[in-house]
Amino acid sequence: MSAAAPARRFLVCDGNEAAALAVALARVDMVAVYPITPQSSLVEYLAKYIADGRLQAELVNAEGEHSVLSVLQGAALAGARTFTATSGPGLAFMFEPYLRTPGMRLPIVMSIVTRDTLTPQSVWGGHQDAMSVRDVGWVQMYCETVQEVLDTVIIAYRVAERHDVMLPVNVCHDGNYLSYGTARIEPPDQNVVDTFLGTPDVNWHVALDPERPMAVDPLTGGAGGAGPAMFVRYRRGQCAGMRDALDAIREAHEEWGRLTGRHHAPLIERYRMDDAEFSIVTLGSMTGAAKDAIDEARERGRRVGLVKVKTFRPFPAAAIAEALRGHGAFGVVDRSVDFAWNCGPLYREVLTSLHGITPAAPSQSFIGGLAGADLTVEHFESVIDTVGQLQNAGARDTVWLNAQD
Amino acid sequence: MYEVRLHGRGGQGTVLAATILAAAIIAEEKFAVAIPSFGFERRGAPVAAYLRMDTREIRRMTNIYRPDCIICIDPTVFRSIDIFGGIRAGATLVQATGRTIEELARPQAVSTVGLCDAVSIALALFGRAITNTIMLGAFARTTGLVSLGALQRALEESEFRDAGLEQNMRALQRGHDETVVHRFSSEAAA
Repeated sequence: MSAAAPARRFLVCDGNEAAALAVALARVDMVAVYPITPQSSLVEYLAKYIADGRLQAELVNAEGEHSVLSVLQGAALAGARTFTATSGPGLAFMFEPYLRTPGMRLPIVMSIVTRDTLTPQSVWGGHQDAMSVRDVGWVQMYCETVQEVLDTVIIAYRVAERHDVMLPVNVCHDGNYLSYGTARIEPPDQNVVDTFLGTPDVNWHVALDPERPMAVDPLTGGAGGAGPAMFVRYRRGQCAGMRDALDAIREAHEEWGRLTGRHHAPLIERYRMDDAEFSIVTLGSMTGAAKDAIDEARERGRRVGLVKVKTFRPFPAAAIAEALRGHGAFGVVDRSVDFAWNCGPLYREVLTSLHGITPAAPSQSFIGGLAGADLTVEHFESVIDTVGQLQNAGARDTVWLNAQD
Repeated sequence: MYEVRLHGRGGQGTVLAATILAAAIIAEEKFAVAIPSFGFERRGAPVAAYLRMDTREIRRMTNIYRPDCIICIDPTVFRSIDIFGGIRAGATLVQATGRTIEELARPQAVSTVGLCDAVSIALALFGRAITNTIMLGAFARTTGLVSLGALQRALEESEFRDAGLEQNMRALQRGHDETVVHRFSSEAAA
């Protein structure tokens, strides 16, 4: 190692440890947890950091996920920066307070260590849990690498706490392949994170505070009096926060890139799209294998590109339309199922983004990687072959990638 | 890209071995990723872990189906599963065993074999058949793809549940020193 260039500080860890490190660096005040596979080691790391004094936070090991999020709601209303993480059935058990969090405009950050949903019985990865709560009003970002897990958990606080957003954020990282996948990461310096996040200011708008008593989460709605207008005000406020979150996510990623040199794509990433004649769209940790398959197809002379979706909620519809317009056929690979439309949920969202653009491009929904199934470079080779042969727009049956594995 | 599949049984530290090996390779300024196979882990059940190394960034986070090397840290797990599934021609086997090379069934695709009586060493050092760090030493000796020094530094950064750092350092060294490497010509392996 040359003496002139000091080695960059690095760690070797998995995605769960990277998320826990991010929570410590964000100087979170309150952590509430209930361990569940494949999230467990993440909260075990947090418990250890708190026990070791490395993270000065309160830890509540609650009796279940419903209590976990309720504890954090109280803490956020008292002004604390808060964190939890869950997976699959834990998220299901959390659903009632999960529903309430965006309406109360609490900037709670929660990792979803994604896991397929029951039933049949499975403890392995898949996006079905996060996808099942996609329309509740949380911001949701999906990570591709262990480094991106660490960086995105920190970025999530800046997004959540921006005053025109004030919404809870899920940072989704794939159970198994990212939760336990180990790689080299560069942790940022504490002072960089401190500068980036500033002092928590999370209950300026709604508080449990004897100095400024207020009604929190009041009864509104109904068909008379101030109720209907009040309820609409709440809902429109949430929609405005989600709209502004797109800009907040872009701004936070830009600033993070400026401070750390790591420029993650905030909404979508375009990979080898400039001259692409067709493309595939991916989400989460599958993207690495997909990029390898794109490079191999390019070597064989196929002009194929890739669009990775990082931000799923709010959906970056304009960016998607801009990325895919004029680049021919596309295939979307989902790690979950949209039961209403017999396709992948991301596929349906992408189609919706392209509504009205003519001529309509040929497209295909692929579903794979359910319940821990692997999505390999070979799977993406078959996806690229299939999409490269699509001729006409119109409805097609979903291709199930692991049906023969 | 060089791909390694580790086989062992629950409780022997197979997954931790892959993580330590990744850390050692990365410390030598190469790229590595490690991924465990998934299951309801329990003592004695077959366990696998995957490790990739390369001179450039590794993007695929997937399991390994065509390994260049098998590290088998348990002498009997081959009875329960096919540890050689998908191996490439010219592959390397690093095997924990008290048997001689003549007593082992070697697939033709395997052209290098490192044998280490890891269970005997583990019983002497730990009083239990925890063979993971011993077999990392055996891997370093057999392949030369990672230095003993880098593995020692990676051990210093690791947390062990069942034994101390000093015992594991001795285990690593003995695994390295007591491994016997056999090489077979490519014709014989063809």
